[in-house]
Amino acid sequence: MRVVIAEDLALLRDGLTRLLEAFDFEVVEAVDNGPALLPALIKHHPDVAVVDVRLPPTFTDEGLQASIAARTAIPGLPILVLSQHVEPLYARELLSDRAGGVGYLLKDRVSNVGQFVDAVRRVAAGGTAMDPEVVSQLLARREPLAVLTGREREVLGEMAEGRSNAAIAAKLFVTEKAVSKHINNIFTKLGMPPSDDDNRRVLAVLAYLNG
Amino acid sequence: METGDWVRAGLRAVAGGIFAIGLALLNPPILVMWLAGLLLSPVPVLGILVFPLVTTVVRWRADLERRLAARSGVLISRPYRPVPDKAGLVGWRRLRWIITDPATWRDFAWLLPGAVVSCLLGLITLLVPLYGVMGITLLPLWLYLGLDWFGYGMFWPIHTVSQGWLSFPQGLLILGLGLAAAPYLTTIDARFTRLFLAPTRAAELRLRVTQLTVTRADTVDAQAAELRRIERDLHDGAQARLVSLGMTIGLAEELIERDPKAARKLLAEARDASTAALVELRHLVRGIHPPVLAERGLDGAVRALALSLPVATTVESELPGRLDTPVESAVYFAVAEALANVIRHSGAHHAWVTLRREEGMLFALVGDDGHGGADPGHGTGLRGIERRLAAFDGTMTLSSPSGGPTVVTMELPCALSSPRISPSSGTA
Repeated sequence: MRVVIAEDLALLRDGLTRLLEAFDFEVVEAVDNGPALLPALIKHHPDVAVVDVRLPPTFTDEGLQASIAARTAIPGLPILVLSQHVEPLYARELLSDRAGGVGYLLKDRVSNVGQFVDAVRRVAAGGTAMDPEVVSQLLARREPLAVLTGREREVLGEMAEGRSNAAIAAKLFVTEKAVSKHINNIFTKLGMPPSDDDNRRVLAVLAYLNG
Repeated sequence: METGDWVRAGLRAVAGGIFAIGLALLNPPILVMWLAGLLLSPVPVLGILVFPLVTTVVRWRADLERRLAARSGVLISRPYRPVPDKAGLVGWRRLRWIITDPATWRDFAWLLPGAVVSCLLGLITLLVPLYGVMGITLLPLWLYLGLDWFGYGMFWPIHTVSQGWLSFPQGLLILGLGLAAAPYLTTIDARFTRLFLAPTRAAELRLRVTQLTVTRADTVDAQAAELRRIERDLHDGAQARLVSLGMTIGLAEELIERDPKAARKLLAEARDASTAALVELRHLVRGIHPPVLAERGLDGAVRALALSLPVATTVESELPGRLDTPVESAVYFAVAEALANVIRHSGAHHAWVTLRREEGMLFALVGDDGHGGADPGHGTGLRGIERRLAAFDGTMTLSSPSGGPTVVTMELPCALSSPRISPSSGTA
């Protein structure tokens, strides 16, 4: 799989490159600043990009802006955004095109290599990877969620992070059937149209939570 | 302006004129009293007793005039030097404080001319509309008493009934002109007062120095406390965790040959510890300068903050660009503190934030639909906001009637440092 990396700190850039190459990704370009990112994304049209939010020259949010611009130019271009901090506001902006293939994770998550690579693959496949901290902040501010049982809220959280039914079942030690039952209940209680497609369902959940 | 408005403003100014005449009549006796006190001041014992007291009366009178001027839009600050330490209500120190303050002598110089001007202008404000009323009401008297005994306006005396009739529109016109002019006359009076009672340039600078000394001390204290807190947090938090992390990794290194399973477990622990240290550092950074503030400016940071609150919060912002970083930071933390108060105390279901810039002033308003009754003297939160803003010459006002709504208004002078860099998104 072909990857573009954007990260300004050499230590992290090399680390990411090494890590991804160890898992059979091909790093086609690793840029270290904001202005170079958008052309690189458009030129290589990678299977997935791993982008730091804060890049030179202004050290604000040019990584995020370039990602959004790239997805405007190439709809659905899979991008995983990394940051030292996460903001539901940025998650909302990334998700606003509703195209899927989006990830937004804390840099800390890279240390759990297995999960991180899993998230990169999921995003490349058009799925979603939302940081648990974003999801917990989104869950905390929605009052209608009080109608859900504790278990259902857990399942909703896992689903919002972008996990498939199988992954949720494995994580919560229940059967896949039980998970899909919970999911049906959640969709009924929150008045959302049901959907069989995993990716669409995750986007619907995130749109609901962001609403 | 609506018709009703200028009539009301005129009537208010006329009433103010009457009041001003009454007050001006107080000036001569006060002047005599003060001069008597001044003459008595060299007399042992009696002097240091009487003179401070009569000066207090003069200053009370001058303050009253300053407040009156403020009502017609002319702001006059108090020019007096701060009371020195250990100066009682009367006594030698107080006497010296009074005599060496130029404002004392300016007050004295004002007493008589101020009274004359107030009286004159007050009389004009009062008499012109009264003359108008007279013109409107006199006609029946002419019809009853006959003509040729008294005139009005353009006709002296009035010979014919039609001239009598004409006094009515003339009176109306004069009344209108009188009412329209009254507020301006009040303002002229206030301006004249300002010539004497406002602080001189030197006094103004001295007042400013006093104020800056206080706010600087506050800022330095607050900053020192903040640095102490950061030091403690780093020392007990991230630093301690990194030490333990190093120990765990070292132990894993020892065990890796003999007991690979245990080593693996230790490494997993080390990874969790590094995550925990990062979480702590992130919280600390957020407290020092939120990253989103650096990335998106005040506008974006407040929106991001609103999204993370348990109370639904609307943000309206009309900031054309980025503000200076220190101002951004101060206003952000002030708004965050105000919103934290909303969540802790107000019981509100909905809160709102408005950011606006007008004529070099930045306004930040935080309101909620809670139960109100917030007391600025009560918590430390509102005091903290005041202190933060004071460092930038900013102020905070609180309106919180019992039953709500509560609105905190923060304003401070500001300059925009650069045009907007990033676009803003919708409300939370």
